[in-house]
Amino acid sequence: MSEMLNTLEQTALSEYKYGWVTDIEADEAPPGLNEDIVRFISAKKNEPEWMLEWRLKAYRHWLKMTEPEWANVKYPKIDYQSIKYYSAPKQKVTLNSLDEIDPELRATFEKLGISLDEQKRLSNVAVDAVIDSVSIATTFKKELAELGIIFCSMSEAVQEHPELIKKWLGSVVPMTDNYFSALNSAVFSDGSFCYIPKGVKSPMELSTYFRINAENTGQFERTLIVAEEGSYVSYLEGCTAPMRDENQLHAAVVEIVALDNAEVKYSTVQNWYPGDKDGKGGIYNFVTKRGICAGVNSKISWTQVETGSAVTWKYPSVILKGDNSQGEFYSVAVTNNHQQADTGTKMMHIGKNTRSRIVSKGISAGFSQNSYRGLVQVGKNATNARNFSQCDSLLLGDKCGAHTFPYIEVKNSTAQVEHEATTSKIGEDQIFYCNQRGLDTETAVALIINGFAKEVMNQLPMEFAVEAQKLLAISLEGSVG
Amino acid sequence: MSELKELIQDKLSKESFSGNGSLKALSQKGLELFNEQGIPTVKHEEWKYTRISAVLNKDFSYAVDATAVTAKDVDAFRLPGHEAANELVFVNGIYHAELSNIRSSVDELVILPLSEAVKAEYKIIVDANLGHSAGYHKDGINAMNNAFAYQGLFIAVKKNKSVEHPLYCYYINDARTVNVLSQPRTLIHVAVNAEVKIVEEEVTIGTSDSFINKISEIVVEENAQVHLYKIQNEDSHSSCVKTTHVRQVGVSKVNSVTITLNGGVIRNNLNFILEAPGCESNMYGLYCVKGTTHVDNHTIVDNKMPNSLSNELYKGIIDEKATAVFNGKIFVRQDAQKTNAYQSNKNILLSDTATVNTKPQLEIFADDVKCSHGCTIGRLDEEALFYLQSRGIGDKAAKALLLHAFAIEILEKIELEPIRQYVDQIISERLDFEI
Repeated sequence: MSEMLNTLEQTALSEYKYGWVTDIEADEAPPGLNEDIVRFISAKKNEPEWMLEWRLKAYRHWLKMTEPEWANVKYPKIDYQSIKYYSAPKQKVTLNSLDEIDPELRATFEKLGISLDEQKRLSNVAVDAVIDSVSIATTFKKELAELGIIFCSMSEAVQEHPELIKKWLGSVVPMTDNYFSALNSAVFSDGSFCYIPKGVKSPMELSTYFRINAENTGQFERTLIVAEEGSYVSYLEGCTAPMRDENQLHAAVVEIVALDNAEVKYSTVQNWYPGDKDGKGGIYNFVTKRGICAGVNSKISWTQVETGSAVTWKYPSVILKGDNSQGEFYSVAVTNNHQQADTGTKMMHIGKNTRSRIVSKGISAGFSQNSYRGLVQVGKNATNARNFSQCDSLLLGDKCGAHTFPYIEVKNSTAQVEHEATTSKIGEDQIFYCNQRGLDTETAVALIINGFAKEVMNQLPMEFAVEAQKLLAISLEGSVG
Repeated sequence: MSELKELIQDKLSKESFSGNGSLKALSQKGLELFNEQGIPTVKHEEWKYTRISAVLNKDFSYAVDATAVTAKDVDAFRLPGHEAANELVFVNGIYHAELSNIRSSVDELVILPLSEAVKAEYKIIVDANLGHSAGYHKDGINAMNNAFAYQGLFIAVKKNKSVEHPLYCYYINDARTVNVLSQPRTLIHVAVNAEVKIVEEEVTIGTSDSFINKISEIVVEENAQVHLYKIQNEDSHSSCVKTTHVRQVGVSKVNSVTITLNGGVIRNNLNFILEAPGCESNMYGLYCVKGTTHVDNHTIVDNKMPNSLSNELYKGIIDEKATAVFNGKIFVRQDAQKTNAYQSNKNILLSDTATVNTKPQLEIFADDVKCSHGCTIGRLDEEALFYLQSRGIGDKAAKALLLHAFAIEILEKIELEPIRQYVDQIISERLDFEI
């Protein structure tokens, strides 16, 4: 038993391996937030008038809002005037080919294990790399364009596809939705835009990689995915940040629209810097993610592996509007040291015969607090709605906490809603069994944790699953072999 | 809401409670908090699904002359088995000794106004326990009752005594002439090795609106056993907020069964604070509602010490335009290792105009625990129905049979035969089930 505790306590000693800083010349806005900054960002991006108006409207609305306090997390008040809202690696001219990318930048991504080179073709993933505030490179654009798929940075999309942006931006997460989405709408600097035309199945996985590099900056990216009738896309998102003593704010918005018979699969491996073992520094990850199954038979699936961030506040949701639509949410959230996570999902059943499935696995270690917060709502007309939710928590150590806040609201008698949750630690009997079969305690713990998270890991695309599993190992280093 | 504030102020100034000590302090603190908070709105997380302000937004009289209620009035709603029970009658929130009928001797059972108990040998108990629930309900509703705590009643179950006659408590609001608001308050002390069964029912006489805001605090000592049964079967113009706050300060066992059959807006707060290692708490609930009844069960199990066991099962059948709300919180504090806590909430919706809002909640700070919760919302099992029909049982009868079977699991937990039969009969009639 004591051996097991030791093993578990060592988890507090895990290290963050993406904590380095790249020295890249950056183009920055002065700290602070006011209308001029919003104009500055818009001007930097050479945006049309309507886009600026949209931002200003969001900013003015944000001023009227107050920061939400209902989440089960504690952090010192954020000073929104001390944050730099724009930081871009300096680039002199538009790039024609990837060879022209600043070698420093390129090295940064190589170090992250993301090759921007065409050789990436082998793994068949198109990458949009976002550093601090801007997208620096998008691979495989040409190949995708042949199929009619638009995959580019948000800034490019505003310039080149204004009609699509006008139509869809803010259609799922309105700028007035919440405090952080309003802030994001006002100051978002870049992000990815992805449009899959009717009947096209994306032949490769699309991926965005976010990296915060500069000091004292906030990162506010915006992702918009539109899947037209009968299309399919699998989208990956990854993120890292350097180790710094100050907390940095990351407030992103992701919107997904799935029309008739379309399917979107969105996977995230979130590995922002979680702060050191005393809880100093780390990213505040306040993200609004929402998808709408607007058409019949459409499907949106969120999979997330959350290991980073000092404070997480994130609820990827699905609005099941189309008849027979499906929503899924698979999550593994790992908190260690002094991390706090309040994460979960919302499934809003509106159409008939809609189905949703929630599988959430929380692992808490050290002094961390890990909360699941979810909402399943079945409207009056959502005949035959079906939901199954499962939230399991695993506690490693006696100083951490695991919490569950599921909200279930049903207004239709044909609905079938099930929710179950358990909280436990790794049983001594389980460890004993493994020991007796010749596995040492550390391997046994690793085995059990892996098994615990397997249901979610299985949902990740191959590429990501490997990375996620490694990440799980790093986050709980000492207990996972 | 200002009207209600005036009403309360006015009433308090007329009463001018002269005592001091814990009662006075609680009353003052209650009034201050009430003035500050007012009636909670739906923005208050604890009141998200229950719009209590809509109920209280009426012209209420605080208390009417209690003498208008006679023994004959009480006869109309005595519960079965009352011949062998201690009957405690509260009229408009205040204990009415003349209408009450205490069969147990004072060696077993002591009944005193709180204002007297605080002066006598029970001072320490009262000081230590009265108002303990305020720490768990920091809202205007709880505060409003605290302001009037000095009108409350103290009940002591003596050491080593198993009270043979169950306590039947009737909370009567006399709404024959005006809308009545009442705020009954009790503090029950169950001493070492004692055992008691308590049955509670609210009653409204007359057809005006009635609102009962009741707090009952119960302290359970080492080896004691307490059974709490609540029966709620009123008309739609009667609403209530009932807070039952149980502190288990020694290794003890407490069972609670709450049956809700009808009413306006019904809110039950049921708290179990497990302050000793090895406690056992069982919480059962059945709500079988229709019409426009709104039933809201909020429960808290706060595990503070190791090795406790808590079991919670709430079941509901919701028909017509009724609404059911369930919020179960389980807290497991850092010291409460080896806690086993189970919670389950099952609902059957019978109509598309009925609503269920449920929020089972676990907050766990200790690692060596086994906690689980589950909740389901659905309709009757089609296959079970089909099976019964294939055996020649008609659709209606088959449904009744299944629903009754669903309910019986809770009814069986009532260990007071006359009461169990009484409730079973009402439910069977409601479901068209023939025994």
